Amino acid sequence: MNIMTEKSLEDAVNAEMNRPNEPIKMRGDQVTVHYGDKQALFGVNLDVRQNQVTALIGPSGCGKSTFLRCLNRMNDTIDSARVGGKITLDSEDIYDPKIDVVELRARVGMVFQKPNPFPKSIYENVAYGPRIHGLAKNKAELDEIVEKSLQKAALWNEAKDRLNEPGTGLSGGQQQRLCIARAIAVAPEVILMDEPCSALDPIATAKVEELIDELRENYTIVIVTHSMQQAARVSQRTAMFHLGYLVEEGPTDKMFTNPDDKRTQDYITGRFG
Amino acid sequence: MTDISLDTLASPAARPRRDIGLKRRYAAERRFRLYGVLAIAVGLAFLAVMLTTIVSKGYTAFWQTTVTLAVHFDEKIIDPENKRATDPNVLITANYPKLAEAALIEKLGIDPSDRATVRKLKGFLSDGSRVQLRAIVAADPSVIGTTRNVDILAAANLDSAYKGQIDLNVPESRRKVSDQQVEWMNKLKAEGVMAEHFNTGLFSYGASSRPETSGVGVALIGSFYMMVIVLLLALPIGVAASIYLEEFAKKSRFTDLIEVNINNLAAVPSIVFGLLGLAVFINFLGLPRSASFVGGLVLTLMTLPTIIIATRAALAAVPPSIRSAALGLGASKMQMVFQHILPLAAPGILTGTIIGLARALGETAPLLLIGMVAFVADYPKTPFDPATALPVQIYMWANEAERAFVERMSGAIIILLIFLMAMNIVAIVLRRRFERRW
Repeated sequence: MNIMTEKSLEDAVNAEMNRPNEPIKMRGDQVTVHYGDKQALFGVNLDVRQNQVTALIGPSGCGKSTFLRCLNRMNDTIDSARVGGKITLDSEDIYDPKIDVVELRARVGMVFQKPNPFPKSIYENVAYGPRIHGLAKNKAELDEIVEKSLQKAALWNEAKDRLNEPGTGLSGGQQQRLCIARAIAVAPEVILMDEPCSALDPIATAKVEELIDELRENYTIVIVTHSMQQAARVSQRTAMFHLGYLVEEGPTDKMFTNPDDKRTQDYITGRFG
Repeated sequence: MTDISLDTLASPAARPRRDIGLKRRYAAERRFRLYGVLAIAVGLAFLAVMLTTIVSKGYTAFWQTTVTLAVHFDEKIIDPENKRATDPNVLITANYPKLAEAALIEKLGIDPSDRATVRKLKGFLSDGSRVQLRAIVAADPSVIGTTRNVDILAAANLDSAYKGQIDLNVPESRRKVSDQQVEWMNKLKAEGVMAEHFNTGLFSYGASSRPETSGVGVALIGSFYMMVIVLLLALPIGVAASIYLEEFAKKSRFTDLIEVNINNLAAVPSIVFGLLGLAVFINFLGLPRSASFVGGLVLTLMTLPTIIIATRAALAAVPPSIRSAALGLGASKMQMVFQHILPLAAPGILTGTIIGLARALGETAPLLLIGMVAFVADYPKTPFDPATALPVQIYMWANEAERAFVERMSGAIIILLIFLMAMNIVAIVLRRRFERRW
């Protein structure tokens, strides 16, 4: 009995922490993707809730990155890619012809696997997005956006004295935080992260993970990761992909302790993948 | 039993080494390296032979023998009937070489009435003195009646003799300078009157039938006009075409076809482009013959594929992560290309353009067909005036028989090679300076 109550209490706390009742920010409805003749995603239904970190896990080639790239239409840049089904952002279909892809990407930012700062100064890297979207009226405002973004990305202290030095001169972890700062500077609602720590050492990874947790307060985050520990550490909900299908999706705790699907269990315990 | 175990337990050292052909492999590698060294040595040897031949034959072209004479601008010779105030043609048609000859006669102390000796002076001074002295008079007519020291050009044969290029052991009847002339030459040389100077005329004169007054001036201007036209046309068109093909056009069978054809165009012999220029620009569009404008258009057609190929390679070399970064931030395709891709590709584009220009600068065949192989003595004022080009000038001088023209041809080759080398060095420096590694 005692154990039961403790367990239910824990569940309740978890449930409160995970806030499953947060509104749905983005929703994928029967999403399919073809690359030429090859189908990469098969009817994926997945909700992304506001102010939560949703982790997409699964073995290589399972379609998790493909799904992520559908969320801000980065797949549009691949000639052979065709996306089917429906994806909404705040109940608006993002593949609607009325939606401008440039505006969508300003609302749904992205951080890539390999840190990819522009070969320009740190300042210019962060200022680029606000500048093309006209978010700052003058230099002072732009300076403020740059400073705030770097602060939110926990890079301000390291970078404030070298804003005019090239962003490519930073260390790998700093570069990735610069890329996060660059994405934040556009004031997006959703940030997509495609294995943001796979090119970083453990210390830099820890910093970025800490940052992701902090960012959750203001942004909705979807992260693709190959690290089970990372998914467990940073996410509230986890979605497991396999061979282009969504295997299962649920609160991270449940996924890691008591998954419904045997494939999830096998993958998490390292039996395949 | 014990025997067997002893055998199998034999120490590793005793095990015979397998022959994995190490010796053979190393020998093959050494042989291959030797072939490589030999190939490079042969290449370098040919290059050395070519350069030494050209330089040894051509360096003398940069020196020109002159005779400093006190020329008396005799009114009786220039304007015997005193009509120059009314008839401007008098000063143009006056017998200026006579003035130079008179000055030389005086200098050598020959009796002017000794007709036989005076006749031997013929061919000592260049007829170019006509232009030289006329220019002095035209600039300042008040010089008439006074005496002034002028560096008169020596005739080509005397110039050759002075430079020691004429074998004086050959019987007099079979060489171009007489013993008497050689004697005078040595006398003037001893007096310091006859001397070699840096040959500025080589760079300023146009075409001439006399080697000593011919130069690459017109050709330089023609080549310059053409390079400017090629740069102004080929660079924007080539870069725009490449950006469209590489960044915007959807890959389809049609774009593949275009790509194959651009690569083919780069391999089309240049003379075909010349024929095209003749047919389209001159016969159909009626543009003037021999004009550097038409030459520039033809060279543009020829250079375009080179620039397009280089530009596309430079664009494709910009890593996809930069594209994703820009697009992910919400940059439009146009912003991505012009704010990120193009600046990063610029060094590669510039290098390709300069190499394309260098190729165009040395191109001869298409220019022959559009009539740029012409005798042009006057500077072209606009790109629509007749002009020649450096390589065409070399080609024309190569057809001349005189020793002095061969010298000038080698000199012009040196000038052309210096231009080409300078352009290639600029390309290399640009590439080194702005090359990025990701």
